[in-house]
Amino acid sequence: MSLEEIKQLLVGKFGAEVIIKEETGGLQSALTIHPDKIADVCFELRDNEQTYFDLLECLSGVDYGIEENMFGVVYNLASIPYKTQLTLKVVKYHDRTREDLPSFPSVCTVWRTAEWHEREAFDLFGISFKDHPDLRRILLPDDWEGYPLRKDYKAQEYYRGIKV
Amino acid sequence: MDTKYATRYDKLIAEAETHEMIINIGPQHPSTHGVLRLEVITDGEIVKEVIPHMGYLHRCFEKHAENLTYQQTIPFADRMDYLASMNNSHAWVMGVEKMLGIDKDIPKRVEYIRVLVCELNRISSHLIALGTYGIDIGAFTPFLWCFRDREHIMNMLEWASGSRLLYNYIWVGGLYYDLPVGFEERCKQFINYFKPKMVELNALLTDNQIFISRTANVGILPLDVAINYGCTGPMLRASGLKWDLRRVDEYSAYPELEFDIPVGKGEMGAIGDCWDRYKVRIDEIEQSVKIIEQCLERLQKDLKRTPEFDPRAKLPKKIIPKAQDFYCRAETPRGELGYYFITDGKSEIPKRVKARAPSFHNLSVISEISRGVLIADLIAIIGSIDIVLGEVDR
Repeated sequence: MSLEEIKQLLVGKFGAEVIIKEETGGLQSALTIHPDKIADVCFELRDNEQTYFDLLECLSGVDYGIEENMFGVVYNLASIPYKTQLTLKVVKYHDRTREDLPSFPSVCTVWRTAEWHEREAFDLFGISFKDHPDLRRILLPDDWEGYPLRKDYKAQEYYRGIKV
Repeated sequence: MDTKYATRYDKLIAEAETHEMIINIGPQHPSTHGVLRLEVITDGEIVKEVIPHMGYLHRCFEKHAENLTYQQTIPFADRMDYLASMNNSHAWVMGVEKMLGIDKDIPKRVEYIRVLVCELNRISSHLIALGTYGIDIGAFTPFLWCFRDREHIMNMLEWASGSRLLYNYIWVGGLYYDLPVGFEERCKQFINYFKPKMVELNALLTDNQIFISRTANVGILPLDVAINYGCTGPMLRASGLKWDLRRVDEYSAYPELEFDIPVGKGEMGAIGDCWDRYKVRIDEIEQSVKIIEQCLERLQKDLKRTPEFDPRAKLPKKIIPKAQDFYCRAETPRGELGYYFITDGKSEIPKRVKARAPSFHNLSVISEISRGVLIADLIAIIGSIDIVLGEVDR
């Protein structure tokens, strides 16, 4: 299924506002999806017989920079029977000074592999996932301060009395 | 989700019953193949739940990659899966070349040398997997035999690149050096030496009744679960699916080479059990040998070394890809290794790099397939997944 057909499928199912942006400039094209709809869109893309994106290859948290104040998650899907690939994105503006974390719906129920990836995005970017069953830090210790892959990250001076 | 507990982990620990015991396997335990800690809730000898904890080997690969140029990151990419450095740097280099649009200009000889060293590295990596798997189960001899044969490959790769384990040999646009004079002949000798050794190893371990009893019908991974958990490589193929990116994506010199994709057939038990995962690796070594023979054939004939051939001729002076997002994937011994790049088109360093490590996904399935097994079988399952913690933690 081509990108155009996938777009039509999604618009037909969820309405025109589900696709916010389309990027076709680079080697791989990407669709930016409305953040609240991402889990439903993923379900549809996985289960629809024409798309069948059964493998979530990669899920990356992204910090788009200090001026932009934008956080996002990128999903790289692959379909094993059709040998196709698709990139989905969600983005959200979020003021860094705010107490709460930017939050997106979890896709754990669609692909179980997302569970660890979302924990990693939470760990390194401070992106929270709604309805995630086990949102803990995964690579860093539980009592680590801050989110290291954020662009404004400053490492803490001491960790348990050890100089960082 | 129970609202009483914040996470599933809290719930599991809090609701463990009095006759159950929570024990830690690792991080310093030989059968965890590195610094992996498994928190195991057991009822006597039965494993009720496995909770993996990792991060002990976290070396901030992604943070480093955001602060270094593409060429400078290659040694860091090498250090992710330290048993298959060539494959790691090959994937990285391919991604950068594709973003620059120079992937079609790479000389054929360079491509064939890359495939040759990658396949040699694949054999050495699988030899470690098989040897240490033997020792996990209690067979000591195969471990020594595998390391003896692997030593030859290490010596050869050291001869080509200058280091034994972390090579930094494949560069964006070319190679560090051409192969040393006489490498092809030495490699051919090794292949001739190595083929009967695999027959010996099969007689010693693969068809060994004790080994089969320990691994067949243990840790069965159904295909749908494997895909849902993102398992790739020998894990996925052992569950019966022919999915090999060397064939799916047809990258580098692989479209011109002939090889099969071995899959698990459930010869000794069910499809996708530990023995199948072991057997797929054995078969893959055979296929790698076949690929190496074809590479040598071409490198000695029509792609022969010439005095004026310079593997650094196509090296770009400045690597500045245009602004884009790009996900590049390649097949390493453990499965699909992917790099996700975000570039801004102005600077020599990427804005964001994410590494999709195959071991990370393969490991995530462990709690699913080891519920209700014996503790001894849990060790067999960890070994059959063949994780490299350098890659899990990055």
